[in-house]
Amino acid sequence: MNRSTLRAAVPPLVALVVLLALWEGAVRLLEVPRWLVPPPSAIGAVGAHEASALLGGAITTGRSALVGFGLSAVLGVLVAVLLASSRMVERALYPYTLFLQTVPIVAIAPLLVLWFGPGPRAVAVSSFIVSLFPVIANTLTGLRSVDPSLRDMFRLYGARRLATLWKLELPAAMPHLFTGLRIASGLSVIGAIVGEFVAGFAEGSAGLGILVLGAYRQLRTDLLFAAVLAASVLGLVLFGAVSLTGARLLRRWHPSAQGT
Amino acid sequence: MKVEGLRRTFPGNISVLAGLDLDVAPGSFVALLGPSGCGKSTLLRLVAGLDRAEAGHVTFTPTLERTPGERAPIAYVFQDAHLLPWRSVLDNAALPLELTGVPKAERQAAARAVLEQVGLGDATERYPAELSGGMRMRASLARALVTHPRLLLLDEPFAALDELTRGRLDDQLRALWRKLGMTVLFVTHSISEAAYLAERAVVLSRRPARVVLDRTLELPTERTAALRTEAAFAREARLLNEALEQGEHW
Ligand SMILES: Nc1ncnc2c1ncn2[C@@H]1O[C@H](COP(=O)(O)OP(=O)(O)OP(=O)(O)O)[C@@H](O)[C@H]1O
Ligand SMILES: [Mg+2]
Repeated sequence: MNRSTLRAAVPPLVALVVLLALWEGAVRLLEVPRWLVPPPSAIGAVGAHEASALLGGAITTGRSALVGFGLSAVLGVLVAVLLASSRMVERALYPYTLFLQTVPIVAIAPLLVLWFGPGPRAVAVSSFIVSLFPVIANTLTGLRSVDPSLRDMFRLYGARRLATLWKLELPAAMPHLFTGLRIASGLSVIGAIVGEFVAGFAEGSAGLGILVLGAYRQLRTDLLFAAVLAASVLGLVLFGAVSLTGARLLRRWHPSAQGT
Repeated sequence: MKVEGLRRTFPGNISVLAGLDLDVAPGSFVALLGPSGCGKSTLLRLVAGLDRAEAGHVTFTPTLERTPGERAPIAYVFQDAHLLPWRSVLDNAALPLELTGVPKAERQAAARAVLEQVGLGDATERYPAELSGGMRMRASLARALVTHPRLLLLDEPFAALDELTRGRLDDQLRALWRKLGMTVLFVTHSISEAAYLAERAVVLSRRPARVVLDRTLELPTERTAALRTEAAFAREARLLNEALEQGEHW
């Protein structure tokens, strides 16, 4: 870590410390009951005490989210390629992909349990459904935004459909594709947790969604906060990994990744 | 190359070419001038087969059918470099050969050779974002030349460059033409560039494009910067200028 990144890290850290101090002070001063809003110190203590359960939960949820995200990435790109292959196909099918964005996942989660049984499979499918649309939409935008002169050049040299897709359209769509993947990575964790609310197991290594539900039922609000925090960190880790991969891949050619 | 009665009308009844005729001898260097929007790019695209005409045709003698072993008989250079930003200069220059199925070692050797010719021998591993505008344009030129095309179409290739770089690239292009002997069709807005580069200049009128002036320039084959100040050069430039103005009110 060099000096400038250190300097960039200082202001948000100071802000965080001030915020936590204010929170702690306010809760104590006003004597807010713990089950309503626990002080940060209590959340930290329960987080340390339940560290292994939280870590286990993050791993369980993370695994489902990764499967859902992976499915979204692969199928999202495939669907986008299919939609981009002809205006007719796009016009016929694109409106239905919008359902993916508007479907209330909480409402169809029970359906997923009926189809896939309770457990990680239904959770992964829930994660997949929630994170699919941004991959499709952004990749499609990328495929459509190819420089027309480059298309002409490929035509001039008699490039086949597949060569044009592989050597022109997909690379050109990469920046957009990664925008989609970044959005999808955050959504996949949300989808997994919602899935766990409905379809998660309580035995074995329970996911974060299950921990949240359990903490809520027992009014252990400090544990609930800790679990929510763990879920946010999980989302951030996934988001960071995808962002980093994108920056690596685009480093030498795309302005969005310059200086990384 | 023979263009006969070429007609192209764009939606909205925009008649761009209304029966254009043009004859270009193999191995000649022709500059194409004309007011903005008169149909120069349209003509080039039709010649390259990137667009279809409603009437008329372009024929090539000898035929431009691919001979066995030949990769692509026509090359096209756009106004901007239009390189693939995710590929190195070498892989950009090799692209036409790659698309026509030349094995990797062979196409890279050919790309290296042509990059050497345009003075990019030291930059083969760099990416387009790491090049200057002039270098990008030279990479684009190298990409066009890598197939040893028999017909090279250039659409205002150096218009976006500074005067000095442009002059240097003009010299390079002309030297390459003399060495390789392909037919060149060069669209430009610059009268002095046209006079400096070409053996023959064709001036088009405003839309729909018709030939206002078709002239074989009376200039020496050997062209250096000194030529720009000579009387013969000034005379040709004046004639081209007059024709351009005439074409505005055709
Ligand atoms: N695909 C298209 N659809 C509709 N109109 C077009 C299309 N391409 C060109 N035109 C029109 O045809 C005319 C000629 O265009 P063209 O690009 O050939 O001109 P040009 O001579 O190359 O001009 P410039 O010197 O500015 O490049 C213009 O009026 C343009 O608006
Ligand atoms: Mg043009």
